[in-house]
Amino acid sequence: MAELRPPAPPRRHLLSIADLERGDVERVLDTAQSLAASLDREVKKLPTLRGRTVVNLFYESSTRTLASFELAAKRLSADTMSLRSAGSSVDKGESLKDTALTLSAYEPDVIVVRHPSIGAPQLVARLTDAHVVNAGDGKHQHPTQALLDLYAMREALGRLEGVQVAIVGDVLHSRVARSLVQALALTGARTLVVGPPTLVPRGIEALGCEVSYDVDAIADADVVYVLRMQRERMGEAFVPSLREYTTLYGITPERVRDGQVVMHPGPMNRGVEIDPRVADSDAALVTDQVRAGLVVRMAVLYDVLTVAPVEAREHAEVV
Amino acid sequence: MLVARNGRSDSLTLEGRVVAPAQGIDESLRITIADGVISSIEPGEASTLTIAPAFVDPHVHLRTPGREDEETVRSGTEAAAAGGYCAILAMPNTDPVVDSASVLGALVERARDEAVVPTGFMAAISKGQLGDELSEMGELAAAGAAAFTDDGRPVVSAGLMRRALQYSAITDLRLALHCEEPSLSHGGHAHEGAVSAELGIGPYPSTAESVMVERDLALAASEGRPIHLMHLSARESVAALDHALANGAPATGEVTPHHLVLIDDAVRSLDTNTKMNPPLRSAEDREALRDALRRGAISCIATDHAPHARQEKDVPFEEAPFGVTGLETAFAALYTHLVVPGILTLETLLERMSAGPARAFELDEPRIEVGARANLVALDLDAEWTVTEDGFRSLSANSWLLGKTLQGRIVKTVADGRLVFDA
Repeated sequence: MAELRPPAPPRRHLLSIADLERGDVERVLDTAQSLAASLDREVKKLPTLRGRTVVNLFYESSTRTLASFELAAKRLSADTMSLRSAGSSVDKGESLKDTALTLSAYEPDVIVVRHPSIGAPQLVARLTDAHVVNAGDGKHQHPTQALLDLYAMREALGRLEGVQVAIVGDVLHSRVARSLVQALALTGARTLVVGPPTLVPRGIEALGCEVSYDVDAIADADVVYVLRMQRERMGEAFVPSLREYTTLYGITPERVRDGQVVMHPGPMNRGVEIDPRVADSDAALVTDQVRAGLVVRMAVLYDVLTVAPVEAREHAEVV
Repeated sequence: MLVARNGRSDSLTLEGRVVAPAQGIDESLRITIADGVISSIEPGEASTLTIAPAFVDPHVHLRTPGREDEETVRSGTEAAAAGGYCAILAMPNTDPVVDSASVLGALVERARDEAVVPTGFMAAISKGQLGDELSEMGELAAAGAAAFTDDGRPVVSAGLMRRALQYSAITDLRLALHCEEPSLSHGGHAHEGAVSAELGIGPYPSTAESVMVERDLALAASEGRPIHLMHLSARESVAALDHALANGAPATGEVTPHHLVLIDDAVRSLDTNTKMNPPLRSAEDREALRDALRRGAISCIATDHAPHARQEKDVPFEEAPFGVTGLETAFAALYTHLVVPGILTLETLLERMSAGPARAFELDEPRIEVGARANLVALDLDAEWTVTEDGFRSLSANSWLLGKTLQGRIVKTVADGRLVFDA
C-alpha cells in the first residue's frame, strides 16, 4: 500500500470530534488519501487488518454508514460481523450493557456503534476492551461523517484552512452538524450556521461558529452544507410548515452562487431542504461524499487499531 | 409528625469545639447527655471533634413502598444517620403514591419498626400525583403527614395549585413545590446552554423552572399561604424568591449540594450520575444559589437523595433516570467544596443544614441547651476519606462523588437522644 505517515498522538477510540486535535484530523485525512490510491487498482483489497475482527453494532437504521463500514473493513481484509437491533436479542429487551458484554466475549478488535442515545458508544467503550468507533449517537456526534465531509471538501477545494462553510437547516437535531462544526473549527475553516431560530440550539456559538437566521447569509460561503429536514419536527411546532421552511431556507439554484459547492449528508428530501436541480447539478458533492465515506472509514479503522492506546481525555470536571 | 423506632435513650459525653450558629455558640465545651437529654454543658477542652446541632433533611426519597430494592426505611435512615441527620422528610412519589391515610398509616407503622432517625412523611397534593384531583388533605394531616408535595412532578394546572393552596389551609401543613413547566422541560435532559448545544442533549431551560416558581409565588401570595420551593437551580428562580421575600411572602427555598458544587460542564462526562432534575446549570446560576444561601434567602440545604438501581443508571445518558444519592456525602461535599475554599462559612453551612430546614417545616430545631433532647453531630473536619461504591449504608450507590476524596467526616450522630451512628 501507499506510504502512510507515522501515526502520531495515539487514540484508542473515535467517540467524538471533541476528543481530537488538529493533527489527529489531518493524519486521518492523509491516511484516507493514501488509501484512495489503492482503490484505483484492479484488486482493491489490502492485507492491512488481516486477522482483525470488526463488529458493527447498529441500533438505528442506516444504509450508507453501515454499508461503508462493512466495505471499509473488508477492503482492509478484516473479518466483519454486523448486528442490527431488529431481529437480535435487543428485540427481546437485552440492555446495551449486556449486548456489549456478550459481543466482547468474542474479543472483537473494533466495535462500530450506532445508537439513538447520546453516550452509547462511550458506554460500550467503558464495558469492553475493543476500540470503539462512534457511527452516530443520538443528536450528539457522528465523527466519521464529519471526517468524510472534510475529506470531500479538501478534495474539491484543495484546502480547509480559511474555507467558509455555511451549514443550513435543522442544527438542533443534527449530530452531523455538531461534529462538523467542531471538525471545521479544528482545521481552521470558518463556519456559519443558518436556520430558523427554533432549530438552532442556544449556545452553539461556543463550538466555534457564527449564527444567522437569514438564508442570504450563505452568499459568502465556499461550501453550502444542507441538513436533512425531518418531517416529524412539524408535529413538535419547531416550524409552522414544510412549505414555509422550503420557501425560507430551501437551497434553490437561485440561492447558489457560481463557484459554491453544495453538500448533503443524505438521505435527501428533494424539494424540501434541497431543490432537485441543485442536488443534480455539478456543484453538488453528494456522491463524492459517499466515496469519501469508504476511504475515510478505512482510515479510521486503521488509525484506531494501529496507534497505541492512551487514556481517554478527562472531561469530567467535578468542580 | 416524626416517627422513629422505639429504643433506648443513650448516655454519653462529647467534648470539643461546639458550633451552634443559631444559638451563637462557638467554644470548647463538654456536653453530657443522660438518658437522651442534654444534662450539662461545661467548659471543655478542644479535641479533634467539632460538635454541632444535627442536620435536618427536608427532601429524601426512601423509595418505600414499591422499590425496596433501591432503598428501605431502614437503609435510608441508616444512611441519614451516617450523614449526621437527626430528622428527615420522605417524599410521597412511591408505588403506590402516599396519597391516602391508609398508605401513610402503613408507612408510619413501618417507620416505628425500622426508622433509625426520626422520619416524617410528606403526602401527595393530588391523588396519584396525577394533578387532577386534590388528595384527602384533611385525613392525611390527621394521619400524620409532614407536608404536601407532588415532588417528582409539577402541579401542572394553575387552577389545581390554587385550590391546593386554599384547601390545605384546613391543615397546618405547607405545600412543598417541585417547580417545572412540562411544556418547556419536555425532552430535556440537561441545562439549555453551550454544553447541551454541544452534546445534542435535549435542552431543559432555566425558564422551565422559573416560570413555575413565579406562578406559584404569585398564587401563594394571593391566597396568603406559605410555600416551600424545592431544589432551586436557576438564578431567575432565586430572583423571583428574593422579590417575594421582599414583599413579605412566607416562602422558603432549598438547594441541593450538587447544584451548589457542580455546573453543567460535568455533564460532558456523560456520566449518568450527573443527571438530575432540575439539571445542573451554569456557573452564574451556581453563584446565585451560593449567594442566596449565604444571605439566607434560601434557608435550607436538602439532599434530594434519590436512590436508583444500578441497572437503571448503567445506560446511555438520556435513557437514565434523574437523581443522585446524597445523604451520606452532603456535609463532606459542601465542607470540601464550599467551606475549605472560603466560599461559605462553616457556621452558615451548619445553620442551613439544621435550623434552616427545621424552621421551614416547623420541626423542633436541634438545639444545644440543658434539658433539650440531644440532637447532635460530631464531626472530624480534618479527616479525609474517599467515596466508594461499597461504602454506603444506602442500598444505592448512584453518587456524583464516586471515587472522589472529601474532607470532613461524620464521627457520631445523636438523634432524639439516641446514638444512631458511631464511626
